[in-house]
Amino acid sequence: MGTVGGSCLGSTLVSDAMIQAVGLRKSFGDFEAVKGIDVEVRKGEAFGFLGPNGAGKSSTMRMIAAVSPASAGELRILGLDPATDGPAIRGRLGVCPQEDTLDNELNVFDNLYIYGRYFGIDKATVRQRAEELLDFVQLTEKRKSRVEDLSGGMKRRLTIARSLINDPEVLLLDEPTTGLDPQARHVLWDQLFRLKQAGVTLVITTHYMDEAEQLCDRLVVMDKGLIVAEGSPRQLIEQYSTREVAELRFGVGEHEALGEKLADLGNRVEVLPDRLLVYSDDGERVIAQTHERGLQPVAVLVRRSTLEDVFLRLTGRTLAD
Amino acid sequence: MATTLSLREGTARQYDYWWTVYKRTWKASIVSSFLSPVFYVLAMGVLLGGFIAGDPDQLEGATSYLAFVVPGLVAAHAMQTAVGETTYPVMGAIKWHKSYFAQLATPLDPAHLVAGHLMFVLFRLATTCGVFMIVLAPFGVFESWWGPFLAFASQVLVGMVFAALVFGWSARLKNEAGFGVLFRLGIFPLFLFSGAFFPVANLGEAGAWVARLTPLWHGVNLSRMFCVDAVDWPVAAINTAVLVALLVVGWFWSVSGLTKRLVF
Repeated sequence: MGTVGGSCLGSTLVSDAMIQAVGLRKSFGDFEAVKGIDVEVRKGEAFGFLGPNGAGKSSTMRMIAAVSPASAGELRILGLDPATDGPAIRGRLGVCPQEDTLDNELNVFDNLYIYGRYFGIDKATVRQRAEELLDFVQLTEKRKSRVEDLSGGMKRRLTIARSLINDPEVLLLDEPTTGLDPQARHVLWDQLFRLKQAGVTLVITTHYMDEAEQLCDRLVVMDKGLIVAEGSPRQLIEQYSTREVAELRFGVGEHEALGEKLADLGNRVEVLPDRLLVYSDDGERVIAQTHERGLQPVAVLVRRSTLEDVFLRLTGRTLAD
Repeated sequence: MATTLSLREGTARQYDYWWTVYKRTWKASIVSSFLSPVFYVLAMGVLLGGFIAGDPDQLEGATSYLAFVVPGLVAAHAMQTAVGETTYPVMGAIKWHKSYFAQLATPLDPAHLVAGHLMFVLFRLATTCGVFMIVLAPFGVFESWWGPFLAFASQVLVGMVFAALVFGWSARLKNEAGFGVLFRLGIFPLFLFSGAFFPVANLGEAGAWVARLTPLWHGVNLSRMFCVDAVDWPVAAINTAVLVALLVVGWFWSVSGLTKRLVF
């Protein structure tokens, strides 16, 4: 694993970070997708970009993957400038794109073998590495199958295996579990955990808050091209939410008016179309007090705060919006 | 300091990919590559040509219509092969199966991808034109031993010109409707009127000059002059220069087109 260096261009970027961005921007014509973000990803950590669709996550990922030139700002990947060292950077990154870009007409093994050859890895090494990776993603029995015949979860695992063929120092995963069933997601998460334990730096974009909580040591919350918060999942929840949330469901159309009546029960009340969220460190007490006031919710639920609540607090919207 | 991957190295790294593609598709390409041209030679050259007097003055130096039409047919076939390999396959790699995007996540750049694809077309042209020429040898249509080799080279060259120009066009197209325009208004009229089937002089003076401005005519003319051993060397030099210039233009047009589509 190469050391990454130092004083690039005598600029503000002096660090041993795997990825460092300062004032990074991306525009497409008049539309600015990324509006000046600062990011630092350290070696060995799992770093997340959390935000809804259109927040600028994928544009940021493409710039980090050295396939999309930054419109402004500074960016260093592994200490190198993607504007001039694209091939060298890409040779040390693994990329798992949002959409599967596997070759449907090749078999499983050939997808890995041929991809490895693009990195200039010699044939014997790439064959051995492909076999190891098939074992890692539990596809050894499928090595001769055509990609078309694999399930969605298997294709994702094969894409992950392909992104590891060059033994990357940083693995970029763009919405890795979108479209997968719960079981397939957990299998994938387990594999990503194991990679992290093996020392691979992970950079993940997701609009699933549970995924961000499960996988990320540290994350930034993005909204409309800007970073609105940064920290570990726990820090963010402590900083922007309460320990618990009481969810109260009333009749259709009643939530707006009831929100005001219950505002004093918690630190904060969010009115959603189908329920009220009352933020408090004691959710059960909120529900008891609601009943004491003669209100009868159709359904109640007390849960711990999640990153979804952080996002709602920061942007006034849910991640699904 | 910038670190770049050389064009040669980047292209070589795609060899396994294209070889696998070829192993997967060569059987399907037999009909279009080898059988169709043979049908053309039989129908146009032998059967239809039997009704045409073999006058070298009328047929640009050929002693039979078969000897006249065959070099043009191979050049036109090279064009069609090249166009076939650089239309839907290019759009598919950008838009449908997105294999160019997967390749771009490796050290390869768009120029490497264009070069790899064009080298595969070169291989396809060399094999199809080569086999075609070998099959034609027993028909007695070649007037010298060396001419067919230069004719073969010019067929491959004109094919590569079309590969590069059409690659650049395909890389810029947003949907496949544009291919219909290309085939109907571009390739098909070129196939018919660029001198493969009749001397362009038959088109009248103005028509002949229009035909001589088309890339295919330069390839047809070279192929025919070498096959029938009636080489006008200054004209051959012009034909070659035009084709090489178009190939260079096509290369830059393709690389810029693919870069625009992949790097944004």
